[in-house]
Amino acid sequence: MWPLLALIRKEFLALLKDPRSRFVIIGPPIVQLLVFGYAATFDVTDAALAVYNESAGAASRDLVARFVGSPNFRHVATITREDQIAPLVDSREALIVLHLGPTFSRDLRRRGHASAQIILDGRNSNTALITLGYARSIVDRFNARWASVHGAPSAPARLQVRSWFNPNQQSRWFIVPGIVGLLTLVVTMLVTALSVAREREQGTFDQLLVTPFRPWEILVGKATPGFIIGVAEAMLIIVVAVFWFRVPLVGNFAALCVGVVLFVLAAIGVGLMISSLATTQQQALLGAFLFLVPAIILSGFSTPIANMPKAVQVITYVDPLRYFLIVLRAIFLEGTPSYLLIDQYWPLALIAATSLGSATLLFRKRT
Amino acid sequence: MTPPPPITTEHVQRGGGLMRLRGLVRKEFLQVRRDPSALAIAFVLPVTLLLLFGYGVSLDSEHVPIAVVVEQPTADTAGFCAELQHPLYFDPVYVHGMPAARALMMKRRVDAIVHLRADFSEKLRRPGGAAIQLVVNGVDANTARIVNGYVQGAFGIWLEHRARGGANPPGPVSLEQRIWFNANVRSRNFLVPGVVAVVMTLIGALLTALLMAREWERGTMEALLATPVSILEVLAGKILPYFLLGMGGLALSVVMGIWLFEVPLRGSVWVLVSGSSLFLLAALGMGLFISTVTRVQFVAAQVAIITTFLPAFILSGFIFDIGSMPHAIQWITHLIPARYYVALLQTSFLAGDVWSVILPNMLALAVMAMLFLGLTIRLSHARLD
Repeated sequence: MWPLLALIRKEFLALLKDPRSRFVIIGPPIVQLLVFGYAATFDVTDAALAVYNESAGAASRDLVARFVGSPNFRHVATITREDQIAPLVDSREALIVLHLGPTFSRDLRRRGHASAQIILDGRNSNTALITLGYARSIVDRFNARWASVHGAPSAPARLQVRSWFNPNQQSRWFIVPGIVGLLTLVVTMLVTALSVAREREQGTFDQLLVTPFRPWEILVGKATPGFIIGVAEAMLIIVVAVFWFRVPLVGNFAALCVGVVLFVLAAIGVGLMISSLATTQQQALLGAFLFLVPAIILSGFSTPIANMPKAVQVITYVDPLRYFLIVLRAIFLEGTPSYLLIDQYWPLALIAATSLGSATLLFRKRT
Repeated sequence: MTPPPPITTEHVQRGGGLMRLRGLVRKEFLQVRRDPSALAIAFVLPVTLLLLFGYGVSLDSEHVPIAVVVEQPTADTAGFCAELQHPLYFDPVYVHGMPAARALMMKRRVDAIVHLRADFSEKLRRPGGAAIQLVVNGVDANTARIVNGYVQGAFGIWLEHRARGGANPPGPVSLEQRIWFNANVRSRNFLVPGVVAVVMTLIGALLTALLMAREWERGTMEALLATPVSILEVLAGKILPYFLLGMGGLALSVVMGIWLFEVPLRGSVWVLVSGSSLFLLAALGMGLFISTVTRVQFVAAQVAIITTFLPAFILSGFIFDIGSMPHAIQWITHLIPARYYVALLQTSFLAGDVWSVILPNMLALAVMAMLFLGLTIRLSHARLD
């Protein structure tokens, strides 16, 4: 057993000997968790609003006041001419322009019906849609009030919306558990993806291969630092998510730990596989990016997998992050019973077994 | 035999500048040929990533699976459910009772539940009106909002159909919306330019992050600097070949964006080319800077992984709107070159040559490029001592 411990110790030293390397593995992930946790949100706050009100009268003033007073909008400009709209929107100074024509109040008073116009900057289509939703709900409330004051008949039915697992629909609750997965993957790749390639480039890997160590022992030596660092950082990030970002953790913590361990093993396997395939560190870096970038972008972290075409959805089945994100969100927010998570655990275990196995076989690859 | 003319310093200087640079560029190209990973990075990577992400990254939810619970089927409930049979938006499954619907939600088979109670038809004719329950899975808040919007839309159409028998239009004020630059609100139109920026950030870093570190690590940098070439020439020799490779990859990405993903290009090609050159210089500069600071390939690669991709993905405005971030975070985004390039690309593709957006972003990219390259030169000098 002793020689194996010595080997593990050597791998830790190789990784952490350089103080800058030590810093890169520990510092940036924590900073990035804090920055990304605040930055990554689909919620729109303070949408820049410009108002173009041509109509005199109480009704138009009331509607404008509801827009300007809304916490979702920030009133940036009041305009008086049609040709002022385009420059404001083009330059991104205004995201939304509310336009009430000269006959708005009169139409509403005399005919009981008027139309309000909204212009939105569609360069970010998602922000545009959310802002449009805000505008609609302001107009709905205005309509309800107008109908009750003026005795117009109310609608025969109404829609009651409830949101399970995330009652206020905060996208932070969705994103922060995702960041746990993202950063765990990145840290594990940092530790493993270059380790074999560096030794190959420097020639020390051949020396390792001629020692009495068997390939699986070399694998254990290479995988242990990644495993310990990966699991430790994942736990740290989960603590920050719960106590700093106040994301509720309603599910079973033990089930979460199972997910973390399986995911870290899968990530180590992929990292070591890339590293053993590469002959130079340049190739290993390329391999790491070639895995990391699609694994993150197609994981369902920011855009749902269900929106992808079928062919791309099939590719995501080999992405360990895909399964881990489901586990994270299910345990953090939904409180899914553990037996329902088995569907996510076994693909992770399979990816881990396959990749760790092929990495061991690839150690003997001739360079 | 006449002896060869003695080499004078004057001679060296006359042969200088361009000749030496040509030699350096040639050396770099030879290295690319020996390890073709640089070619793969410049051409294979953008095509693959753009294909994957151009198709894969979308915020447009279609065929949303919903569970419909009708406790007492009547003509009224059938009328409402007919509106949910939208071929594009919904993929409804009818279940008996809320427990079954709840189980489907827990298994993530459905994203929402529409619930019509037994007294729906009866209440519909009473003064208070009936209620339709909509339960959405709020975990993915953004998709939940979109699904909510779809059901609201179906509900509005149903109300209108019912009111046609009666008299009054649904509301006193109706909203007419116009969405500029992207009338159909296709998320791909705004995401593809962002994908180009993220992919180019990676390529810039991948091409150069290990370059200088490799030379320092192998000791060839000292050897190179012992020759008459200056640091400036070494840098130019490094940047020129990779700039050309990078621009090739970039052109490929833009062409794919326009022809394959049908993103309209409303601005001029010249703005696109000059903005892209500035961004590429900044991205390559960042790679060279990382390489020079760390001096060891292992650390350089780690720094490149951690500082390029995730910041460009999350802080550039590619997918998350910068305007909605807290102010302190908005300030941090100014340190990310991709931020300026995303803004430039989104405007140049969708809105056209809006100089009030394009010029400040170009300026920022130029400053970043100069900063990174300047720092690299400074540090290379310092390293020799």
